[in-house]
Amino acid sequence: MSEKERVPAVEGWFTMEGEKPHLLGSRCKSCGTYFFPKESFFCKNPDCAGTEFEEAPLSRVGKLWSFTNNCYPAPPPFVAPDPFVPYAIAAVELAEERMVVLGQMVAGTEVSDLRAGMKVELVLEKLYEDDAREYMVWKWKPLAA
Amino acid sequence: MASEVAILGVGMHPWGKWGRKFVEYGVKACRDALQDAGVEWKEIQFVSGGETMRCGYPGYVAGASFAQALGWNGARVASSYSACASGATALNTARMQILAGFCDVALVVGGDTTPKGFLAPQAGDRPDDPDWLRFRLMGATNPTYFALYARRRMEIFGATERDFAKVKVKNSRHGLPNPNARYRKEYSEEEVLASPMVADPLRLLEICATSDGAAALVLSSMEFARKRRSDPVRVAAVSTVTPRFPSSVVELPDFATDSAYSVPVPDNTFRGSVAAAAYQEAGIGPEDLDLAEVYDLSSAMELDWYEDIGICKRGEAEKLLNDGDTAVGGRIPVNPSGGLACFGEAVPAQALAQVCELTWQLRGQAGERQIQGAKVGLTANQGLFGHGSSVILKK
Repeated sequence: MSEKERVPAVEGWFTMEGEKPHLLGSRCKSCGTYFFPKESFFCKNPDCAGTEFEEAPLSRVGKLWSFTNNCYPAPPPFVAPDPFVPYAIAAVELAEERMVVLGQMVAGTEVSDLRAGMKVELVLEKLYEDDAREYMVWKWKPLAA
Repeated sequence: MASEVAILGVGMHPWGKWGRKFVEYGVKACRDALQDAGVEWKEIQFVSGGETMRCGYPGYVAGASFAQALGWNGARVASSYSACASGATALNTARMQILAGFCDVALVVGGDTTPKGFLAPQAGDRPDDPDWLRFRLMGATNPTYFALYARRRMEIFGATERDFAKVKVKNSRHGLPNPNARYRKEYSEEEVLASPMVADPLRLLEICATSDGAAALVLSSMEFARKRRSDPVRVAAVSTVTPRFPSSVVELPDFATDSAYSVPVPDNTFRGSVAAAAYQEAGIGPEDLDLAEVYDLSSAMELDWYEDIGICKRGEAEKLLNDGDTAVGGRIPVNPSGGLACFGEAVPAQALAQVCELTWQLRGQAGERQIQGAKVGLTANQGLFGHGSSVILKK
């Protein structure tokens, strides 16, 4: 059985190569503020008039700020698997960038496994698939002790 | 301190789910408000409508839709959209016309008719739209965000699922005698905790529904009011502030906060700043409040609001609730109307419904919901994409 092509579910938001993926944000060249998703026109820092940005891989390890789960499938455009299995969603603090980023937790994570402050790392997992491709998305995974 | 305008009349169409046209609900609310004010429709010089995004073009031009339905009278018109804050924005627009001397008496109205289930994005692929992507990439619904905030209260402040259930119980008692409420049933903690989990830790009975409904106000200059009503309720402040950079909480429907790399997080949260701006404008503080109507999109969010409007310190909301301080009869009743817990949300009408409740309370017309001696009240709400909403009324 041939393997399906793996593509990102959204272009340019995260790296696909290598074992350690990163979210891809951008950084204002004038004030250093990070942005995710990428900002590319005007710096959103009100004290900064910067218009130049560089791509910035974000820290791939963070700490849980909070977490929840979906007990029911979200409406479209979420592509709900059939059968639907509840999955966890996390808000993760990135220390260097001083921001909190959302994302699903990897499949099989229970809310009861999670605590605020817990370390998690970024991985890629399948979001959904069609006949030709697997669409990948970033997810958070508890960091092995 | 800002100059004041008078609320001459208020009116509501009950909240429910009938699928009729939003204009129909709005006209009923308008007619009730006009009658309550003792003002004729033909006297209205400015119509300020809160928009709905769910009803196609007539919803985008809501002010004109209501004016046409009432019968074109040549009044000036404006329509406002600021998500859940739309009613407050519409109120402020009318207020400014009056304060600037362009209008003596205005009609402010919002109404909605809404789809079943989760609030979903409009159909069609929009991969450049973060509000579309948050569903596609994460399945993050509105309750997802409410649940993240609720869990944070548990992790940081030791809030329990019982605390969240108690908010619903309190509000269900408040809403029981409210003729405009959609849900008029008193719940026990056990019933709330037995309802299905939707987004841990929030259960079905702890997350507000979406509803049809409409609310309207007749607003006037103090001079016009003096000829019509002795001692009217007065609008002392309207806050429509935006956040300050950088944000500290991931706001619906975003993927992330701002980065505080080069600018530190402000001292106050966005929601805190919304109420603070209203207090400053009215020249009062939280200690002066007799009551508040806040946006309980989830039971847990009501607790966040206690702290944001400053009626207790950060982390002490559960104590305030458990001491009975925020029930009618308590020290600082919150959501005497029953809140979104008993109404569900009708987006463009909700901020106006909060103002209607405050008006009835300050006039002594709240019946079984009446808070004794109520003289000063605050509404608080927040619209998506950075829209503050807070109104202070005085009598």
